[in-house]
Amino acid sequence: MDDVALAAGGGAGVTAEVAVLGAGMHPWGKWGRSFVEYGVVAARAALADAGLQWRDIGSVIGAGTVRGGYPGYIAGATFARALGWQGSRVASVYAACASGAQAVDAARAQILSGQADAVLVVGADAAPKGFFRPAGGDRPDDPDWLRFRVLGATNPVYFGLYARRRMAVYGDTTDDFAQVKVKNAAMGALNPRARYRSPVTAEEVAASAVVADPLRLLDICATSDGGAAVVLASMEFARRHGHPEPVRIRAVSTVTPRFPNTVLDLPDIATDSAVAVDPPGGTFRMSIAGAAYEEAGIGPEDLSLAEVYDLSTALEVQWYEDLGLCGAGEGVRLLRDGATALGGRVPVNVSGGLASFGEAVPAQAIAQVCELTWQLRGEAGGRQVAGARVGISANQGLFGHGSAVIAVR
Amino acid sequence: MPRTRTPVVAGWFEGDGDGFRLLGTRCASCASVFFPREDHYCRNPACASGELEEIRLSRRGRVWSFTDSRYRPPSPYVSDPELPWQPYVLIAVELAAERIVVLGQAAPGVTVADLAVGMEAEVVPGVLHEDAATTWTTWHWRPAGVRA
Repeated sequence: MDDVALAAGGGAGVTAEVAVLGAGMHPWGKWGRSFVEYGVVAARAALADAGLQWRDIGSVIGAGTVRGGYPGYIAGATFARALGWQGSRVASVYAACASGAQAVDAARAQILSGQADAVLVVGADAAPKGFFRPAGGDRPDDPDWLRFRVLGATNPVYFGLYARRRMAVYGDTTDDFAQVKVKNAAMGALNPRARYRSPVTAEEVAASAVVADPLRLLDICATSDGGAAVVLASMEFARRHGHPEPVRIRAVSTVTPRFPNTVLDLPDIATDSAVAVDPPGGTFRMSIAGAAYEEAGIGPEDLSLAEVYDLSTALEVQWYEDLGLCGAGEGVRLLRDGATALGGRVPVNVSGGLASFGEAVPAQAIAQVCELTWQLRGEAGGRQVAGARVGISANQGLFGHGSAVIAVR
Repeated sequence: MPRTRTPVVAGWFEGDGDGFRLLGTRCASCASVFFPREDHYCRNPACASGELEEIRLSRRGRVWSFTDSRYRPPSPYVSDPELPWQPYVLIAVELAAERIVVLGQAAPGVTVADLAVGMEAEVVPGVLHEDAATTWTTWHWRPAGVRA
């Protein structure tokens, strides 16, 4: 582990590191205001956390939202204008659930190439009540529109398919899935930025309404308003500004799937066919984590904690396997053993996860990095993972998007 | 006036009764199969072909997974908000010959209790919804041995 803590980049396959100087969030909830407000609150919190002024920032990268009209598509400029035009570089990134991580990756690239010393990354969303839905209009060439028009296939439909498949292949049960909610709600109760802060019992999960068999309301994450921001900087800038030992980002994975992708992915109506080309050795989700491990020069055995995209309880169990915390089909055993709870071998979603936050799409991957930052600094209060040195975040979203970030201290 | 029968998406299926099939395309160069159809480019990264021919997909496959929709999906799914919501089942079926998994609604009357992963299912013609002038047609998966 010491090599992880001490090495500052260099070596085969390992990219140089950037420092996380500040992390900030607007609490998640259903606040009914503009996403711009949430982003500004998060940005100012991250700047204050970094001990920097807005004018110290040389570049702003916004993670976009499709729900905020034009200002959402050009989120970087929207946040820069709200904070006060000051002539910085600006860029906007949209990549579904990976938007925030791609924004982090773009910031890192600017820092490592010398284009900017300190970059502000911001994502925020104001979510509708109920199911996410496609953009309006009659668009038969859009797979996201088609899955609703032809099948009525909401996001929970896909989560239900994945959960049922696990039950059939691995023998997981709905009681097992409920234990993910119980675990994450217990940790979310300790997080002042979470939307849901009450413990949940397995009986409460079982008593909630079925949304998409076998999953119930409390198995599926809500859609939320929220905002998150980080200030990233070069190691040299960090030292000059009083951060001799900052949390460092060691890897950012934003890979695409490989053809043929044989796991049914949102928003697709079918998988790729494997009739002409054999499937790759691992799934897309496995490759997301694999690319991050390779870039960081570490493996799952080095992790102190993980923040993963628990769109559903069953999907969190799937992530255990896709991150390599255990073998295929062993996720539930890891859960039952308490390995992924606070105090376990590798706590997962100590923030409370999407189960406690609900999803604010462009903010979520940034929020994961915020949690890793606070954990690695030892500032996470009652949900602190003792001695945290290495953390990974992972997510997956529509249209072949996914990401993983590895942070170390 | 009788309603016109119109596929919800043109070119995705054809035929009636036992002759009903999903339509995909196959790359003339590498033989990769696509559903929904790709007509202009092959998505195999090792193939630069732009020549694809229409094929009829296998009628039968095995249930890869299934779920249901207990709440009314949002637009552009069409349903009558005046009527109580009637849940329906969705089935993902793996076609062995094409090595592909295709999602679809189950035939009316099928419930999750009728289903198991690995069960045989066949594609049948179905109706998505009707309006004053049009019956919008689609495909349904019907599990073998379930006469809904």
